[in-house]
Amino acid sequence: MATKTGVEVSIAIADAVKLANADVVAAYPITPQTHIVEHLAELVANGELDAEYIPVESEHSAMSACLGASATGARVFTATAGQGLELMHEVLYVAASMQLPIVMTVANRALSAPLSVWGDHSDVMAVRDTGWVQMFVENGQEAVDNTICAFRIAEDRRVLLPVMVHVDGFYLTHVIEPLTLPEQAEVDKFLPPNDYPLPLWPDKPVAMGDFAPPVIYSEAKKAQEVNLRKAKQPILECWEEFGKQFGRYYHPVESYKTEGAKVLLFTMGSFSETAMTAVDKMRGEGKEIGLVRLRLWRPFPFAELRQAVKNADVLIILDRALSYGGPGGPVASEVKAALYGEAKRPKVVSFIAGLGGRDITVSGFEQIVSRGIELAQKGSEEEYEMFGVRE
Amino acid sequence: METYTVYAPKLVTRKEYFAPGHRACIGCAEALALRLACKAIGPNAIIVNATGCMEIVSSQLPYTTWRLPWIHTLFENTAAVASGVDAALKAMVRKGRREDKGVKVVAVGGDGATADIGLQALSGAMERGHNFLYICLDNEAYMNTGIQRSSSTPFGASTTTSPAGKVSIGQVTWKKNMPAICAAHNIPYVATACPSYPFDLIAKVSKAVSIKGPAYVHILSVCPTGWRSAPDISVRLGRLAVETGIFPLYEIENGQYKLSRDTIKRRPVQDYLKLQGRFRHLSAELIAQIQERVDREYTQLQEKARGHQG
Repeated sequence: MATKTGVEVSIAIADAVKLANADVVAAYPITPQTHIVEHLAELVANGELDAEYIPVESEHSAMSACLGASATGARVFTATAGQGLELMHEVLYVAASMQLPIVMTVANRALSAPLSVWGDHSDVMAVRDTGWVQMFVENGQEAVDNTICAFRIAEDRRVLLPVMVHVDGFYLTHVIEPLTLPEQAEVDKFLPPNDYPLPLWPDKPVAMGDFAPPVIYSEAKKAQEVNLRKAKQPILECWEEFGKQFGRYYHPVESYKTEGAKVLLFTMGSFSETAMTAVDKMRGEGKEIGLVRLRLWRPFPFAELRQAVKNADVLIILDRALSYGGPGGPVASEVKAALYGEAKRPKVVSFIAGLGGRDITVSGFEQIVSRGIELAQKGSEEEYEMFGVRE
Repeated sequence: METYTVYAPKLVTRKEYFAPGHRACIGCAEALALRLACKAIGPNAIIVNATGCMEIVSSQLPYTTWRLPWIHTLFENTAAVASGVDAALKAMVRKGRREDKGVKVVAVGGDGATADIGLQALSGAMERGHNFLYICLDNEAYMNTGIQRSSSTPFGASTTTSPAGKVSIGQVTWKKNMPAICAAHNIPYVATACPSYPFDLIAKVSKAVSIKGPAYVHILSVCPTGWRSAPDISVRLGRLAVETGIFPLYEIENGQYKLSRDTIKRRPVQDYLKLQGRFRHLSAELIAQIQERVDREYTQLQEKARGHQG
């Protein structure tokens, strides 16, 4: 019987990869992801995980080695953060378009310059259109559960896509949390062995990665897009199955105390937990505030989002990344786009905060909500507001 | 010896793994090199191909020239992809998910993919000791994109980004010594080859794939399009590169240099240079400079090989 223990989230993620019985781990050290791959190296060194650990010379090579290993049919894991994710950038597209079911934890980190090892979502947003399935988690338990789910989703014959699990750097990677690691037998029951349909193997030669002239490129891209959108159903089924077996349920968009709320706060990742505490406090004060959290980032859950916010008048979105010279927060602009065609839609207010490891406290969320309501009422000529910044 | 040259071709498999029907230029010695190398590699292998001429001429959705399992992803990451294939094979064989039948991993890249943009990935893979063969098909410039210079372009060659002009001699740097760089990684086997010497090439690639650990074979591949040479003299040009000492054939086995054919009486470099439009502009003075450098480097190579004999 799995028991709850206090463990650092990074260690727990590595343990989840061990429970998934990964065959190949290729990784390059970068803060704040290092504890994950250090622990995996240790598990391999101690014979607790029978895998090949490739200590590559860069993140570009980390993801490239993952391509090769995944194409050969191995179950493959890597982890990175910030600059590392950006160095992988072009390789990420290849992983998705060649349908290689790689699982990667991204310990979300700000981007240089100035150098910052601390957390925000700049790295996530820069890889938004790489074609990966992408999800956010809010705490250590969710990180563990979704690391296991990520392998099942990625390797599902209907999906065969790489999956990124976004875990906020330091806020999650470096905290010790009480969490339950599932039993090996339970994971084995939930996660079938990887059976990649056409691996590189001499008995049946395949050619992977041919170039495409204009006459066929668009068709290849359309097929990829259809595949990613269709992946939503297998993702939902995976989470449903996980819930049935382990008692913890996950959804693309999750609502917290939204009953009767005309004003909704909207978050992704670890800040959602602070936001929940803030909502509890405001609810206690009789304010009808609710919280909507985005878990599934790609494929974007349009229907679930519209359903979750349909009764609200004001939607206050907190982004942890900037789109320089653009429409404000990347998530806010996507939500706006998703709601634009709706006959009845809430007024969307975009805030950017929590950049480069800047905390947002409970009172910070209260201020964001009251300022958001004010902006929704009187309007603003600005695309967004940056919260808590000294000018 | 004469009997041997008649008999030797019969020992080479008639099977083609790099099949006819690709779209390489007329007289492409790189395609010839790859065809011969694949005969030496045999069917029990996985090929990892860098972006470049050979990738482009052998693939186009939905066709393929390859009768071996083949993967192409990007330009600079070939050795890293091969690292992943090697690791996956090791793990899956150990875990009983793949038959243990000694599948070879062979990475193939051009000189740009090897000496320039992919050098870091190659260095990393060699340093980590992956069990793979890396073949560099060196046609001495970025031919696929239109004859731009690389660090493997020889001194004095005119390319589209090192053009000879009123105040330029063309390429002003000397060819990067990739075999020496690989040998400096203390890998068990490094060799140079040229498809103008097909049996030597086949023997070296055969040896290279049979060796445990990283192996590197650097193959000079005449490119009529980029070298501005007649397409019917590619084999002859390759021989001249060797006979002039410009591209000596040798092996470095566990650090020991061994000349494959010691050309005692080398031909003047002019014999090689004069057949190529890329060197057409060279003055007698520059040719003398090239001769002097080739003589020096050849002597150094002979000394290294002799040192190891004694």
